Amino acid sequence: MKRLERVNDFVIRFANVNGSGSASANNLFAKVVYRLGVPVSPKNVFPSNIQGLPTWYEVRISEQGYLGRRGGADFIIAVNGQTLRDDYDMVQPGGYFLYDSTRELPESFNRDDVTLIGIPLTQLCNDEFQDNRMRQLMKNIIYIGALAYLLDIGMEPISASIRKQFAKKPKLAEPNIKALELGFDYAREHHGDSCGLRIEPSTAVGQRILIDGNSGTALGALFGGATVVGWYPITPSTSVVEAFERYANRYRVDPETGNKNFAIVQAEDELAAVGIAIGAGWNGARAFTATSGPGISLMSEFLGLAYFTEIPVVLIDVQRSGPSTGMPTRTQQSDLLSCAYASHGDTRNVLLFPSDPHECFEMTADAFDLADRLQTPIIVMSDLDLGMNDHLCEPFSWDDDRRYDRGKVLSAEDLDKIESKWGRYLDIDKDGICYRTLPGTHPEKGAYTTRGTSHTEYAAYTEGSAAYERGMKRLLVKWETARSLVPRPEIRIRDESKKIGALYFGSTTAAALEALDRLEGNHIPINSMRIKAFPFQQEVFEFISEHDLIFAIEQNRDSQMQILLAGECLVAPGKMVPVTNFNGLPITARMITNQVHTTLLARGKAFISAASPVQESTP
Amino acid sequence: MSYTRPTFRHPEARENKLGYSRKAYEGAISTLCAGCGHDSIVSAIITAFFEMSIEPHRVVKLSGIGCSSKTPAYFLGRSHGFNSVHGRMPSVATGANMANRDLVYLGVSGDGDTASIGLGQFAHVVRRNLNMIYIVMNNGCYGLTKGQDSATADKGSKSRKGAPVSFESIDLCELAIQLGADFVARGFSGDKKQLVPMLKAAIAHKGLAFVDVISPCVTFNNAPTSTKSYSWVRDHMEATSTLDFIPLQPEITTEYDHGTAIQVALHDGSIINLFKREDKEVITSKKDAIADLEEAKVDKHILTGVLYLNPESEDFHDINQTAEQPLNLMGEKDLCPGNAMLQTLNESLR
Repeated sequence: MKRLERVNDFVIRFANVNGSGSASANNLFAKVVYRLGVPVSPKNVFPSNIQGLPTWYEVRISEQGYLGRRGGADFIIAVNGQTLRDDYDMVQPGGYFLYDSTRELPESFNRDDVTLIGIPLTQLCNDEFQDNRMRQLMKNIIYIGALAYLLDIGMEPISASIRKQFAKKPKLAEPNIKALELGFDYAREHHGDSCGLRIEPSTAVGQRILIDGNSGTALGALFGGATVVGWYPITPSTSVVEAFERYANRYRVDPETGNKNFAIVQAEDELAAVGIAIGAGWNGARAFTATSGPGISLMSEFLGLAYFTEIPVVLIDVQRSGPSTGMPTRTQQSDLLSCAYASHGDTRNVLLFPSDPHECFEMTADAFDLADRLQTPIIVMSDLDLGMNDHLCEPFSWDDDRRYDRGKVLSAEDLDKIESKWGRYLDIDKDGICYRTLPGTHPEKGAYTTRGTSHTEYAAYTEGSAAYERGMKRLLVKWETARSLVPRPEIRIRDESKKIGALYFGSTTAAALEALDRLEGNHIPINSMRIKAFPFQQEVFEFISEHDLIFAIEQNRDSQMQILLAGECLVAPGKMVPVTNFNGLPITARMITNQVHTTLLARGKAFISAASPVQESTP
Repeated sequence: MSYTRPTFRHPEARENKLGYSRKAYEGAISTLCAGCGHDSIVSAIITAFFEMSIEPHRVVKLSGIGCSSKTPAYFLGRSHGFNSVHGRMPSVATGANMANRDLVYLGVSGDGDTASIGLGQFAHVVRRNLNMIYIVMNNGCYGLTKGQDSATADKGSKSRKGAPVSFESIDLCELAIQLGADFVARGFSGDKKQLVPMLKAAIAHKGLAFVDVISPCVTFNNAPTSTKSYSWVRDHMEATSTLDFIPLQPEITTEYDHGTAIQVALHDGSIINLFKREDKEVITSKKDAIADLEEAKVDKHILTGVLYLNPESEDFHDINQTAEQPLNLMGEKDLCPGNAMLQTLNESLR
């Protein structure tokens, strides 16, 4: 058997039972790798449950900085009896399987291409700790200790992280350090040179930070000036609002009076949640709500109202697997169509697609400016993978000279200066965006009634076809203004002849970049475009028209981005080929390369040079 | 019904403390049916705000969908209005109020809008004790879709179509008391003498003031067999108390002088004078208020007046500890923690 021998380039997967305290131990491991300067990308695969069901934590370690999921696992820590067999079968040939050897493995665990590493986790724990809860928690730390030895990390980096974690309660650190030693010593004594995978300190991380996307989003809202939040708990968006509240309590409370410069209401449902945000946006506060697919369905009625009455509001959609309740704790990018055209009638909403927590921060802060400028809902399209998992990204920064763009809002002085009759929906500047007023501004001028029924330029109710059509057409003028304001796509040219292109967006980015690198290494250079926003700009149209073949890489069954592009950019049928993953787990680089290869083989020689290998090994 | 209203006002027409005449509180011409109870409520709203000398532009009118929700167009033309979606006025009002705590929020809804599609939002805005006046123009039917029964129509009551209502009705006042409303009143559109002071007290109350006004639908639900008809309500109305509202400053001479008055002071120092019926308990007891309502139901009476009042009400912003300055007036200085803080945060993540 050929053992896997690698330094700073492998995938390690922890198989646990949820509610057993494994998450903090596993996070600790990822954090230590990060602190050693090695790029790391952890993914939590968890059930919609609080205790007792299988959960996995997959850590990609990549000196080269590939942060998407690769596919497969080289080292599995199997602590969950329920999934032991599946976990064992999943180990890559040449890989390692660490299990609790307090009980012997069944005889059928007899692969000859896997190195077994038995550590009597339960035994060690029971011998050392008396308290039941402690026995359960410390089991997790013992395997981290074993890893410290097996992966050549050493005790010091991990115990330092533990001490940092418990800086305020040093007493709690002691049992953790003890458990760490137990695992470390046992592995050293019994598995001296069992493992060929190693982690070496590196400088590859640089200045980057490790944080989850939802925290980035929450910070973006905090810095972007959000003051009013209406929300309803739903995985995976809940932690957006929880993080916002935590940060706001830290930075937005008057230390003397205890008064808050924000207000958050956990509403009775998603309808009320977005209704609150819209009411506040209408009244001039920066407001948002965060939800996931089922919430989008419920909020659609209100989104139509905000679109038609032209009210600024920011919506964070942390997408999960649909339809219906779907797989609530699994990821997907499957709300594109329901968000782009949310609500009945002709509606269109501006979408932003962040790809890492840094962009979650920036795009969310920008979303408030865009919402105020465009007087319309702005939807930030995150997803479970991006929102709830930690990602390596550029550190946050803020330009202290930056001023909020509050858009076209008239003050009392402005109203006094206006000589002709003011109309809420009069397009003075011919950019489709009209001047609005806030309640309480002026004793005599600027009052109007906002209504979801059709209205004239002066906000009066009308059933006149001409006025209705003028209003609907003006909203399209505003849509063109939106096109000029939203972030442009990121295009990378690897092949000047522009035969093949690939497009992707959001959390697919990391895996897509890795796949395209690998394909280029195999003499299949593919140009790429990362779409950052809807409406699409001219560059998007051009990129598609310039290439003979376009792969649309996305994480849903129906290729929703492709449908959106086909309709908006009038793409010829057959030009775009879907590359999709909708199994609920983040897409892997291998899935992408395999699907691309398959298509290119089927499409014939035109797209493949002689040097190209046929296909990579399956995941 | 549309009609033209003469713009002429008597030159010596009364002005309020702000120097505004009643006209400053009027809105567009009503397009409701002639004789609609809602128009009387509109008139009472205009009178209440005019006489209380509240600046019209400091009032925000919010509504859902239905005949009742159209009425904000007919009063306070100098106020901003928001005619939102069906049953969702409470959430829009919540957001608007969160954004600016300094304005007066007046929500207008109907029985379909509140007791059916919006029952959830109604319940929760009450729980939050949002500082607003919540008026339900209650006619027991869906007027705008031509007369279907609503959830407040009493079981057995017959509308114009003649079929008795099959299901139990929802008593919004009783529900509001249970849900924690601190000001709950019921009025009748045909009794402006009671309605105007009731609305004034509701406006002065801090926290959610719920006012259910029975307002007959002359077109679809005014048959003598309907318990929401003019004749039925007049015959079965029983006032728990007559009341007068005395604002903080200029004293209004009360028109009621019978019985014993009980004074209840509101948070701003204004006073409600309640002229109790001799055998009735004090309205600051929640338990008694609910018992009275249940008793009246058995007797087929409609209780009107201020049914329950807790003058010690804590509104949403008190509970939330929101800053005094309206949130919608805050800028970068108040809201953005700045780059230095962000760099510290980056460091803490390493």
